[in-house]
Amino acid sequence: MFSDQIFNYTTLAYFIAMVLYISFIATKNKNVGLGGNIAAWIGFGLNTLAIGWRWYESKSLGYGHAPLSNLYESVVFFAWSILLIYLLMDLKYKQRAVGAFVMPFAVLGMAWAQMMPDHSKSIQPLVPALQSNWLTYHVITCFIGYAGFAIACGASIMYLIKVGKEEKSGGANTPAGGILSMFPSARVLDDINYKAIMIGWPMLTLGIVTGAAWANYAWGTYWSWDPKETWSLIVWFIYAAFLHARFTRGWVGRKAAWLSIIGFGATLFCYLGVNLVLSGLHSYGGG
Amino acid sequence: MTTNKRSFLDALWDFCCSLKLTIFTLILLAATSVIGTVIQQGRSPEEYLRVYGENTYRIFEKLGFFDMYHSWWFLGLLTLFAVNLTACSIKRLPRVWKTVRNPVLTPDDGLYRTLSNMEEMVSKESPETLKGKIAEFLKTNFAAARVTEADGKTHFYAEKMAWARFGVYVTHASILIVFVGAIIGNVFGYKAYVNIVEGTETSRVWKRGGSQPTPIDLGFTVRCDKFSVTYYEGTMRPKLYKSLITVIDDGVEVKKDREVIVNDPLKYKGIVFYQSSYGPAGDPSFVLSVTERATGQSQTYNLRQGQPGRLANGLPFRVANFSENFQNFGPAVRIEIMPPGEPVRAFTVLKNFPQFDAQRGDDFIFSLDDYQQRQYTGLQVAKDPGVWVVWIGCILMMVGSIIAFFMSHRRIWVTLVPLDGGKTGIKLGGAAHRNQAAFEMAFDDFKKNLKQELNS
Repeated sequence: MFSDQIFNYTTLAYFIAMVLYISFIATKNKNVGLGGNIAAWIGFGLNTLAIGWRWYESKSLGYGHAPLSNLYESVVFFAWSILLIYLLMDLKYKQRAVGAFVMPFAVLGMAWAQMMPDHSKSIQPLVPALQSNWLTYHVITCFIGYAGFAIACGASIMYLIKVGKEEKSGGANTPAGGILSMFPSARVLDDINYKAIMIGWPMLTLGIVTGAAWANYAWGTYWSWDPKETWSLIVWFIYAAFLHARFTRGWVGRKAAWLSIIGFGATLFCYLGVNLVLSGLHSYGGG
Repeated sequence: MTTNKRSFLDALWDFCCSLKLTIFTLILLAATSVIGTVIQQGRSPEEYLRVYGENTYRIFEKLGFFDMYHSWWFLGLLTLFAVNLTACSIKRLPRVWKTVRNPVLTPDDGLYRTLSNMEEMVSKESPETLKGKIAEFLKTNFAAARVTEADGKTHFYAEKMAWARFGVYVTHASILIVFVGAIIGNVFGYKAYVNIVEGTETSRVWKRGGSQPTPIDLGFTVRCDKFSVTYYEGTMRPKLYKSLITVIDDGVEVKKDREVIVNDPLKYKGIVFYQSSYGPAGDPSFVLSVTERATGQSQTYNLRQGQPGRLANGLPFRVANFSENFQNFGPAVRIEIMPPGEPVRAFTVLKNFPQFDAQRGDDFIFSLDDYQQRQYTGLQVAKDPGVWVVWIGCILMMVGSIIAFFMSHRRIWVTLVPLDGGKTGIKLGGAAHRNQAAFEMAFDDFKKNLKQELNS
């Protein structure tokens, strides 16, 4: 399929962007950072095109559903969501070094998708349970939420590296030297962490609500403590704790960064672990 | 004694209001919720005993791990969460209400000093001429101002989106509303299921939960006229599960031949029926053709599963087994020929490949012409009068959190102080309760424009 080829080029563009972002930190050359950004935008454009094309291919096959129905499609959409939130945040903060810690998530996702066997990649018609518009709303909102948490996690890892160095060299006034000089300041990283979660959390809330609405429409129960539902709630609790922790002293900075990283770990488990390890209603992990 | 009591109540109240409790509860809820995803919920004791062994089973049973989300301690945690939420809101809401209803209209130097966005300038014009100008400027560049005169000074106060301060309380209230909806659903509603064989009707469904399903009388009758499964062409991937349902109330067919499919339930009198499962009802019956190889003569049999037939040579046979989709080849029967005193000869006959059995090389060639299998449709039945309350809660939660995160109450104060020589000292300050960085930029623009306006 043609869309598969575009997904290949997307992966390549994301990989180049990642390499350039990492080189940017090492070389401190602004042009390299800009190159990373251009590659990221091209990759995002290709990713968008590929998803659109796959939708079109599904229409040509006579199914016509949005490409959000199995593991393969969800992984490439996850990469797309990560880029969406990352590029939006980049427009505001213009901190290219962050790309070196965010792009790997997208590259890993795309590479994994490319390695899946052909039968997982093929476009399948929807089984009765998935034949609903709620599917589209539910998946889009959940994944934009996950993407926000991915970026928050990347920023938090940078924060922990940076803040350790800053404290050793005696406060933020004397910026850390070496490679770390290309990192945004700890304050900015903390802010990116918070802002990304501010986008992610309401989207996750909406994802849970649309999921509940759909479950109620399809099965007559909006909440059944299915492992996937429960894990989404666990993630929701963790980030709710994070948001409230901002208001008390002693829970900002390091603790907040750790909470954000743990939150993203829980998010990944909610997305993949539940399907691979536990049993429940969301069975796309098998395909 | 009384002071002791008082301080205890105070301490309890402070405990309920504390943000530390919020974080603690949220993390504890997250951590404990994991248990119920690792231990499968609501299984039979036998199953648990097999998996965990006697001792662990006893401990888990005591701790309520097998129905964790309804255990006393988990519901207790949720209650603590709700109490904390309510207490925090009760404590903080009056202060916020005051800020919004009775804003400081006459700022003093102390207030100006606390504002991170502050500016002072001097104009040659008199306070009298400036008054109109400033009011007009605030109106076009920010918001209409409330003007107060005190001690010879003129104060302007303008604000935007004061209601944004309530976003967080809307979100908090919405969670309580969702809880209320869930409780209403649990108390006044039920979850049940019913299996209806094609062509039959029922007015009773079976309530889930508890050790034994208990019957519930619907007060009307539901009939399943037909159930069918269709597959995507050329595959065994199901496309549609469909029940044709008729609802009969008081002898009248109020809904006739309504299609109930997955993702499109049937609703009648607040009770909703969802397509959920299906299965065979009773033994299937078959139409088989048996051709004698030597003569080419064919005979047709109508047999139920297990019912013996007799071949032209007198040997008995029967359909021992049936599969609607045998190894993806479609419907198939397992035939057993039972010669007396000899071992049984068994083989498979596929409906979609009638020529296939000839290759077996037997004297008789079997083919499956048709079969009939009555199905039952499995419906989930739910009554939940609280569901609307839950949706209202969810909508408020979304609206509330968007307001809380992305809307900001912005305030600008301007004070005119008459100076010697007809000049005027102008003091201005501003504050935003969210997104300070964006407000800082907006305030800088505001400042610049005001200077230009005054100099022109």
